[in-house]
Amino acid sequence: MESPVEIVQHTTGGMIGASWLMIAFPLLGAAILLVLGRMTNRWGHLLGVAMSLASFVVAVLAFLELIGLPAEQRRQAVHLYEFIPGMVDMGLLVDPLSISFCLLITGVGSLIHIYSIGYMSHDPDRRRFFSYLNLFVSAMLLLVLADNYVGLFIGWEGVGLASYLLIGFWYFKPSAAVAAKKAFVVNRVGDLGLLVGMFVIITTFHTLTFSDLGKAIAANPPSGGAVTAIGLLLLLGACGKSAQLPLQSWLLDAMEGPTPVSALIHAATMVTAGVYLVVRSGAFFFPEGSPQALAVAIVGAATLLAGAIIGTAKDDIKKGLAGSTMSQIGYMMLGAAFGPVGYTFAIGHLITHGFFKADLFLGAGSVMHGMNDEVDMRKYGGLRKAMPITFATFFIGYLAIIGFPMLSGYFTKDGIIETAIEHNQVLGWLAVLGAGVTGFYMSRMVFMTFFGQKRWADDAHPHESPLVMTVPLMVLSLGALVLGAYLVLSNRLYEFLTPAVGAAEEAPHFAFTSVPGLATLALVAIGAAFAWYKYGRAEVPSVQPRGSFLTTFARRDLYGDALNESLFMRPGQWLTRIAVYFDNRGVDGLVNGLAAGIGGSSGRLRRLQTGFARTYALSILFGAALLAGALLLVGNI
Amino acid sequence: MSPWLPILMAVPVLGAIVVALLPKGSDKLAKQVTLVVSLVVLALTIVMATQFRTGGPRFQFQAAYDWIPSFGVKFGVGVDGIALVLIALSAVLVPIVVLASWHDADGTQSADGTLITPKRSVKTYFSLLLVLEAMMIGVFAATDVFLFYVFFEAMLIPMYFMIGSYGGAQRSYAAVKFLLYSLFGGLLMLVAVIALYVVAGKGTFMYPELIGVIKDPATQKWLFGGFFIAFAIKAPLWPVHTWLPDAAAQAPAGAAVLLVGVLDKVGTFGMLRFCLELFPDAAKAFTTPIVVLAVISIIYGAIVAIGQTDMKRLIAYTSISHFGFIVMGVFAMSQVAQSGAALYMVNHGFSTGALFLAAGFLIARRGSPYIADYGGVQKVAPLLAGFFLIAGLAGLSLPGLSSFVSEFMVMIGTYSSTAFGAGALTVAAVISAVAVILAAVYILWMVQRTLHGPTAEPVKAFKDLNAREIVVLAPLVALIIGFGFFPKPLLDVINPAVTQTLVNVQVDNPAIAEKGAGQ
Repeated sequence: MESPVEIVQHTTGGMIGASWLMIAFPLLGAAILLVLGRMTNRWGHLLGVAMSLASFVVAVLAFLELIGLPAEQRRQAVHLYEFIPGMVDMGLLVDPLSISFCLLITGVGSLIHIYSIGYMSHDPDRRRFFSYLNLFVSAMLLLVLADNYVGLFIGWEGVGLASYLLIGFWYFKPSAAVAAKKAFVVNRVGDLGLLVGMFVIITTFHTLTFSDLGKAIAANPPSGGAVTAIGLLLLLGACGKSAQLPLQSWLLDAMEGPTPVSALIHAATMVTAGVYLVVRSGAFFFPEGSPQALAVAIVGAATLLAGAIIGTAKDDIKKGLAGSTMSQIGYMMLGAAFGPVGYTFAIGHLITHGFFKADLFLGAGSVMHGMNDEVDMRKYGGLRKAMPITFATFFIGYLAIIGFPMLSGYFTKDGIIETAIEHNQVLGWLAVLGAGVTGFYMSRMVFMTFFGQKRWADDAHPHESPLVMTVPLMVLSLGALVLGAYLVLSNRLYEFLTPAVGAAEEAPHFAFTSVPGLATLALVAIGAAFAWYKYGRAEVPSVQPRGSFLTTFARRDLYGDALNESLFMRPGQWLTRIAVYFDNRGVDGLVNGLAAGIGGSSGRLRRLQTGFARTYALSILFGAALLAGALLLVGNI
Repeated sequence: MSPWLPILMAVPVLGAIVVALLPKGSDKLAKQVTLVVSLVVLALTIVMATQFRTGGPRFQFQAAYDWIPSFGVKFGVGVDGIALVLIALSAVLVPIVVLASWHDADGTQSADGTLITPKRSVKTYFSLLLVLEAMMIGVFAATDVFLFYVFFEAMLIPMYFMIGSYGGAQRSYAAVKFLLYSLFGGLLMLVAVIALYVVAGKGTFMYPELIGVIKDPATQKWLFGGFFIAFAIKAPLWPVHTWLPDAAAQAPAGAAVLLVGVLDKVGTFGMLRFCLELFPDAAKAFTTPIVVLAVISIIYGAIVAIGQTDMKRLIAYTSISHFGFIVMGVFAMSQVAQSGAALYMVNHGFSTGALFLAAGFLIARRGSPYIADYGGVQKVAPLLAGFFLIAGLAGLSLPGLSSFVSEFMVMIGTYSSTAFGAGALTVAAVISAVAVILAAVYILWMVQRTLHGPTAEPVKAFKDLNAREIVVLAPLVALIIGFGFFPKPLLDVINPAVTQTLVNVQVDNPAIAEKGAGQ
């Protein structure tokens, strides 16, 4: 295995030197829309789109400049300013890894901006929606472009904020407000990992900057213990942002936000940040075969199955897709555990997934748009004739995600599966199984929505969406069609990423007729056939049947919420109550009782009314004695 | 002799006299004069700050006049970087508080017409504010330990009246509790100050001449205890914190800002300035128990904050948690942690100030501090909701906002500290990091219950922020965001003072990061 090439300081100007503009444009857009407020209502959405497109143009130009350089110079660090003197400077790292993300974020992001013009056209707060979308794009770009962990963390929390704002966009709905808060808090559990991870990194290596980190590790190879600790802490952070077990529970609730949000943030980009973190840190902290790399693989495999199982039982089309997102990111994590070849397929799947999942989510949004915002697939059926473009684009996305031969998902997912089986038979075959389940739940979704009997509500008049929504769908489905083949065949992506993530001993070779590949296809076909048997051939009841124990298990998201509630929420509530009681009655109350005893006052001493001068004199004395006691006891030993 | 600091103190005192002497019925004029005076102080402070040389001597703008010659007491002033930024913080907050308190003395009624606070003398309130400003500047500027003590105690008087006469329903209870706690701490400190004078035997109270004079470890420990307990009450640190929620909840919002934003910082400032440098051996001996108390404050304050039903009490408890971070940073004895702690003192003033003021604007509209009385404010008052949210996000130290930088520095500096008891410090930093989760819970739960959800019936009549209220909050938000991305101007001023402190405490102080590490 070969290390990534050394990061060089960027000296000339050019588009790479100006790559900070990528972050600045949408940030400026968000600021204008938020500060000027209602004054921008008429044209705010246009400004939002323009800023996102401007960012895309910068990304494309920077990309062209980068590929114009020889491979060993394709990691350019751009110094911006001194951030925390003596600790860390703010700078950007433009390399194949970050620029891949930039293209995805700004490209798919711009399409989703355009789509939202139509989707949000009836919402009185459309301008606010675009300001949050801009804020999101800006923060996500900072996350992937920062050349150090602190900058990455600022972007990391910035996307968390944007996600909070967008999930709670319809804040007047209590369910949306709760979901937004839940997403932020669960993410903060992961952030704790990233935060403490940074403590260990700087203490061990005396830097948080990627370029210096590489040199520090090369100069003094660290002990395995510290690196394992860092790896596991970063993995915790990745689990939060990427909705991996055990921090997955927020993603399904996040569907409370408007559908384009689900497409952009909770499918195509933000939730992939965890994968980015693992791949970016891979050369430093996740060496192949290390325990922390195995942990990444296990988390990925477990989540890809859990998400797929959840997907089988959902009648809400968005929640079904959310389960599928968890599952697909599980695949990426699994791939990211296995060195440069794994990184390539993980990033490849991340890019193709960005296209086909955005396509599917926006397609679902288009269906909802024509069905009075109905999300229950049991109230759909036979929609392919009413919305032909939506159907066609959704169907391409569907074929891509189940890994239909030659479509995008086929190449990237199969790459992950093959790599995984090469390194770890058990986890690899679990991924094969997951592909079969994917074949089932995605076919179920397509059959329930577009085929079979009409089960529409009486007031539903499904219609095709306007062009401003369907054109982005067409572009995305084009990506879902061809992107996988383009990236994987002749190892284009692998060779492009090598300077950033390192090279494997042996370059990957895509095999069309391997055993795992054929097994995957067979399982997918069986899954799809079973779905046809249950939901295509038979009539779908428009009311959810009771279902077996297993169905309930999947419908309840594998009891993840129940587990969190009994393990954390309820004990937490009790702890809070006890602490508040103790604070009101304990410290003060103890002294009140004491004063009552000493002063001999009869009856209960009401702290608010009587004798507070005396009681508080005592209470202070008590507290001070405690302080002094603590000092003396511990300090003198 | 530099005239800067005496002038900075004289201007608000003169202003206070003018305001107090205004004829009856000139309430509006009194407010205007106060505002102008506080803006003049701010302008002077800014000009003075630009004259501060970061590479220069530690104490600058020094001046000393004989005051009580028989005991060698001098009116000695001068600032290092830490004192300078805290004076600047005070100078920024006072005009904002003046504007925010414009109607605070006019009396308030709740929605159903019951009187919450009666109409009180406007002139008195605003002249008290100016007197307080002079004392806040004085306490940070004092280089004579006795003078510091005098300001430390005298500051209580205007604040006592601001809470006791202008506060909420239980104002006199809260004011007395505040006064008693502080007086007790002050008394201990007075004893320690006198003992310091006697034991040092130098015939002076001037701080620079007292550094490194007390050598005997036992004496150091006793004197350290006297100072530390006074500062711990002031800060306040668990378990002597219970006066703060009452005082902050009962004080008018503006006074609460100065109480929590500036007055409490005198406690943490005192620890950094006096406890460490005058009694270095004692400070090192006591590091572990104090860090333990700080961590308890961090976690305990956050948990109790989650359970509060009253917005202002909630904010007060979050501050107890934040003061825990500051104290932890001070005693972690590393450059990054102490610089972070000093920066935290400033940033906390901005973020908690904004939060108290935004909450105050909410409360002024509804007449109730209880969270349960709100809901759906964002629908009717989106600007107010937006400012409240940003202030809240600063309170939970969201990266990109100023409070993150300081909290991050404190935690990372504590974790990586190589000082004595480093193992305990590592554990302390990790435990304290749990507060990032708790902070998200207490802030966002409050936001959810007040701003989100269906709009409560009495909330429907809310008006959004008026121009005066926007002018109050906008500068704070600008500072919070500005220093969030660009903390360097503050840190460049703070860092040399911290380096000097660590030299005087005789701590090995390696750099946390090496540029081009490993080369």
